[in-house]
Amino acid sequence: MSRAATAPRAPSAGGAARRPGWAAARRAVLSPALLSVAGALALTTLVMAAAGADPSLAYPALVRGALLDGNLEYTLAAYVPTLGMAVAFAVPLRAGEFNLGGDGQLSLGGITAAALALHAGGSYALPLAGAALAGALLAGLSAPLRTRLGVPAIVSTLLLSAPAVSLASYLARFPLAEPGTGLAQTPLLPEAARLPALGGSSYVTLALPLVAVLTALWLPADTRTVPGYEIRALGANREFARYGGVRVDRLATVTMAAGGAFAGLVGGLIVLGPPYRFVDGALTAPGYTFTAVAAVLLAAGRPLAVPGSVALLTILQAGGQGMEREAGVPSQLTQIVQGLIIVIVAVAAVVRAARRRG
Amino acid sequence: MSAFLAAVLTATAPVVLAALGGLLCAAAGVFNMALEGQLLWGAFTAVLTSHVTGSAWAGVAGAVLATALYALLLSVPVVTFRADPVVVAVGTNLLALGLTAFLMRQVFGSGGTFSSPELAGLPTLAALGLGAPVLGPQSPLVPGAFALVAWAGWWLGRTRSGLRLRGIGEHAEAAGAIGLRVRRYRHAAVLGAGALCGLGGAQLALGNVTLFSEGMSAGRGWVAVVAVMLAGARPWLGLGACLLFGAAEALGFRLQGLGLPQQAADAAPYLITLLALVVAAAARRKERTA
Repeated sequence: MSRAATAPRAPSAGGAARRPGWAAARRAVLSPALLSVAGALALTTLVMAAAGADPSLAYPALVRGALLDGNLEYTLAAYVPTLGMAVAFAVPLRAGEFNLGGDGQLSLGGITAAALALHAGGSYALPLAGAALAGALLAGLSAPLRTRLGVPAIVSTLLLSAPAVSLASYLARFPLAEPGTGLAQTPLLPEAARLPALGGSSYVTLALPLVAVLTALWLPADTRTVPGYEIRALGANREFARYGGVRVDRLATVTMAAGGAFAGLVGGLIVLGPPYRFVDGALTAPGYTFTAVAAVLLAAGRPLAVPGSVALLTILQAGGQGMEREAGVPSQLTQIVQGLIIVIVAVAAVVRAARRRG
Repeated sequence: MSAFLAAVLTATAPVVLAALGGLLCAAAGVFNMALEGQLLWGAFTAVLTSHVTGSAWAGVAGAVLATALYALLLSVPVVTFRADPVVVAVGTNLLALGLTAFLMRQVFGSGGTFSSPELAGLPTLAALGLGAPVLGPQSPLVPGAFALVAWAGWWLGRTRSGLRLRGIGEHAEAAGAIGLRVRRYRHAAVLGAGALCGLGGAQLALGNVTLFSEGMSAGRGWVAVVAVMLAGARPWLGLGACLLFGAAEALGFRLQGLGLPQQAADAAPYLITLLALVVAAAARRKERTA
């Protein structure tokens, strides 16, 4: 489907390091990712100026809002779900499928975790497992639609996402709602089910090492294991993979479900972290799903680059709030930048491929 | 009953316009998944132009023009540079969400929903003295949308330029070899789809209601993408999908009045559209194996 985003590549970091310095530097400067970020920042500066804001005030405000003045904690807390959602999008993408239903999988996972924590008792392990399972089942629905009926995952995941968000919202407002308050949220979850906070921070929880470890497991699995290779073969050429003995349908189901499991888990991690309840809309409002999509496309399908590109876009997203406060630039500017990055990355990838060929 | 039919047509019109745009692109061999963002951009620019000029028809014209221009963001990367249409569409859809929310705060000073008593909406046919029972409460764009579908059917099937467009979709190299300017046709199809989404957005924001709220296209562009997929073989199936979506939306709205939770009404149109897609795909598959 997407040549640029899914084609297996040689591990580029090592390849670049072996080349003479100049070539490596030139390669880095001309890489689609860097070009896209530079292009998007140039366009953002134009939009800022057009909106009457002074970029020399807005950019420092953005950096301060993300990294300084005690904001690093919030940025780190936003990095975790975004990284998780990036893996949720990237795993099926390696097999050539677009999972755009992250919001639905996230919400369903979150509400499942809240229900289990409230009614099953015990530690955070069961709610998290339930959240991952809920996400996996929802995303897994898209696999037979794709393999048996030819409905692309990009369409079915999106169409299933809206009803899942609605279902979670309904559950949080009615059966699971905090009695007597009229607010669209569940009661506070019991102490035992809450994720322990780390390092004296009130926002960074066990979710950070958990997502980091799972991501760290995925990276070598993608490049160095047989299933990882088969997934990339499937993404590169479905029929050829089938011819080569890959169980195409089963693998497509596994990758979709794995992506959904990641998204569901992220929903659980958010709900079991502060403020320790499912608040309707709080999971989807920060836009983790599409920040993650932009980050993965920016990484151009190279898993090793994903944590870095997620960091960049999370800083932009988190810093946007600071920019809004200090420079009066609406924080939606960062969504504009993400959209532009994706478009430019798509063009840069083709232009680069053409230059390599020609 | 006639009030319900009227509500179905109102809910269907924006989706039909977007789907018609997607169909033109599909005929020309361009995969257009950017309809959702373009509908949203059309709705925003319609409200903005209507607000500035005080005229709903200027709002419609502004939306058509602005959304055709916005479609350049799809047509230049995809047609000229041959970039991946799905990736570019994901980008332009996200961009439309950000851009409309950003400009809303810049221009109207607040986010969420913008409506104002001074904002001019489209007149109904009844107000123009053309009151039929079902069409009376509709804006002129609603019958216009269905007329455009009929026109497009005639154009694609009976005219030289329409047949050429389909020829390009059928086999671009062959069409190029006999001297057709493939890229020019494809650019025209994508920009035409943008104009249709502008029209659909204008109907959504100035016809169905008279306001703009963030993300108000709410998946209608994706329903249109589904309709185009269904229409691939049989155009009436595509139109049927749009009508089914409209009926589900209108019915959900009714049932909400009778105590059905709002969330069920929100979810129904998407589930029913997906169900239609599954049933049609299963039927097609059965036909092939039989």
